[in-house]
Amino acid sequence: MARILAVDDSVSMRGMVAFTLRGAGHEVTEAEDGQLALDAARGSTFDLVLADVNMPVMDGIAMVRELRAMAQYQGVPILMLTTESHTDKKMEGKAAGATGWLVKPFDPDQLLATVKRVLG
Amino acid sequence: MASVGVAQFHQVFFEESLEGLDAMESSLLALDEGGDSELVNTIFRAAHSIKGGSATFGFPEMAAFTHEAESLLDELRDGRRAIDGAIVELLLRTVDCLRGMFARAQSGQPLNNAEAESLREQMAAALGRQIEPKAPPSRRAGDHADAWRIDFRPHPGMLAGGNDPLRLFRELAALGELRVQPVLDRLPPLAALQPAECHLGWVLELRGQVPPDQISRDQIAAVFDWVEDECELTIAPLHVVADTPVPAVAAVPAGKPPAAAAVHSAESGSVRVSIDKIDGLIDLVGELVITQSMLDQFREEFDVAKLALLQQGLTQLARHTRELQESVMGVRMLPIGSVFNRFPRLVRDLTQKLGKQVKLELVGEQTELDKTVLEKIGDPLVHLVRNAIDHGLEMPDRRRAAGKSDTGALRLEAFHRGGNIVVEVSDDGAGLNREAIVAKALQRGLIASGDQLSDEQVAELIFQPGFSTAAVATDLSGRGVGMDVVRRNVSDLGGAVAIRSRPGHGTVFTITLPLTLAIIDGLTAAVGSEHYIVPLVSIIESVQARPEAVHRVTGGGELFRFRDEYLPVLRLHQLFGCAGAQAVIEEGLLIVVEGDGARAALLVDGLIGQQQAVVKSLEANYRRVGGISGATILADGSVALIVDVAGLIRLQSRSKAA
Repeated sequence: MARILAVDDSVSMRGMVAFTLRGAGHEVTEAEDGQLALDAARGSTFDLVLADVNMPVMDGIAMVRELRAMAQYQGVPILMLTTESHTDKKMEGKAAGATGWLVKPFDPDQLLATVKRVLG
Repeated sequence: MASVGVAQFHQVFFEESLEGLDAMESSLLALDEGGDSELVNTIFRAAHSIKGGSATFGFPEMAAFTHEAESLLDELRDGRRAIDGAIVELLLRTVDCLRGMFARAQSGQPLNNAEAESLREQMAAALGRQIEPKAPPSRRAGDHADAWRIDFRPHPGMLAGGNDPLRLFRELAALGELRVQPVLDRLPPLAALQPAECHLGWVLELRGQVPPDQISRDQIAAVFDWVEDECELTIAPLHVVADTPVPAVAAVPAGKPPAAAAVHSAESGSVRVSIDKIDGLIDLVGELVITQSMLDQFREEFDVAKLALLQQGLTQLARHTRELQESVMGVRMLPIGSVFNRFPRLVRDLTQKLGKQVKLELVGEQTELDKTVLEKIGDPLVHLVRNAIDHGLEMPDRRRAAGKSDTGALRLEAFHRGGNIVVEVSDDGAGLNREAIVAKALQRGLIASGDQLSDEQVAELIFQPGFSTAAVATDLSGRGVGMDVVRRNVSDLGGAVAIRSRPGHGTVFTITLPLTLAIIDGLTAAVGSEHYIVPLVSIIESVQARPEAVHRVTGGGELFRFRDEYLPVLRLHQLFGCAGAQAVIEEGLLIVVEGDGARAALLVDGLIGQQQAVVKSLEANYRRVGGISGATILADGSVALIVDVAGLIRLQSRSKAA
């Protein structure tokens, strides 16, 4: 099972994501914004990072850029959790180094399917 | 089932969304007064979170509604639209409407109503378009084939972005039979090879499993959705299948979880606690464990030489226990800012309606209050603020005539004083109108003509039930809820309301509240063999009565002359039926107390001492008893009742009237 970093400023969204992934047997670390996620990522290695785009302090796009600048996060899948109205955000995230995205709203089954997709 | 998992986050979603709406509202108000662009970001983020959450947690109406607001905010954020009063007003109404939607969602009612529809149309109109119809995804005919050739040339950096070609092949293989052929023409010489880069390309052939099993172009494109900007990709049919009717591909429904079945009842079952507070608690528990293990060694062996060490350990234990108690109480403490935050909006709406000018100042928003107190203090404060704007602060022309600035000052302030929290509502308006109050009191028969009343006594009159001086009950204040209700609400929280007013200079309402409802500071008094706790907050003084200060009046009542006042004497031993107590007033002790603005003298045998009492509900464990607010357990394990001073005085005056 994988070690996953879930980043979202919304307690309910983050809770739902973490709960679903833990239920599938993954080890989940939660972070409230990009900056806290970076702090967590520095002290540990994760197999997958799931990050919201719009967050205070440091948004998801800036966080991806910083993560990719770290040697141990080259090639680690990073998925943006984004809303469909922001297709430009998907591309912005990609340009910053994100692996892909998961479009909100998603349900636990879609989340698990996407995680399975990147982790195999 | 997964949806059960989602449902448990509904309540969290409601709570954080309501907080988000509060943040939106206060930011909008600040924006209205010319705030900076970071405010727009805050507002946008809140709206965005609500939209994402409501879609995820099964409230599509709310998501669609918020979507319009978000689009509007997006234009503000990009500077495509200027921020003006009209747009702020529209967004404020959107906030109100969303609050309504959340209230309906929590009670399981339909979310949309006429107001929501009309607001949504107004937002769409502001955006210069009709409400977005859900466009069905366009499908091109002929995009189906039973075999495809895919040319896939990833850019060298694709691997660093976390996309593994193996994953793509695996997904393609799930669609049909896959043949993979590498293309090596871009492979550099070994010396120049970068292991982290992707130098290979592939030609893939994908066939439907059982011909004529069809695979659509979209299915294949979906596999490559994350990498289309990181590769060269050509997808072409190997054999075009002609005249095949295009199957209607239903858009995948956006995973709508079942409608919220469970109606969320308890509106405030949880407290959000900062990590700092929890860390503090953990530290303290750690200290306590260390002290405990230190004391534990005395269980095995003890000699007098270690007495000093034992005393030191016990001192530590006492200190840590006290600190732990304070910290645990702190978990229930929340900043009063969450209550204060609703006032900028209220003041803005009221002043616009009345044509007054008022500047609101909030001070001490970080002051923390017990969660229960916090939830119940809002209504009394709203009432006081409404009163201040409606009755206290004057119209601009009257203010000018009185030599004051056009804009009235209204101030809400919270601070600590002694062991209490004080919340003050002050204005620089006209002050209490003595003549109007006296006239009204005469008319109501509350006072007799010819009564000489001090300013203090006049002010007290406004706390009488049903008292209102407004000639015409206005839309704002005159709702049949008077100052008496404010006082009762505050008194239910163990607090008190006082008023100070200077004609022409303004009025100050002072609400004094206990830090917490769970612990009170009290004096322990002996009555016969019983002990009673009298809350410190209601005690003015305790005195040994001289015989000449006690007057017996006809009808059996006793009055104690305290300074210039005559106070009724309440004999606790009589009221509570305690045997063996001191019945001679001069031999006992009188505690002068005040509750709800009324004073009395309680007769007790004597004082034992001051202590903090952990309040246990009498109602929950026995039943409600008049004049008693609860019980507590004393150091020796016996139970003492806590006196409800205001209730006791009410009880006494009622029995006297009967």
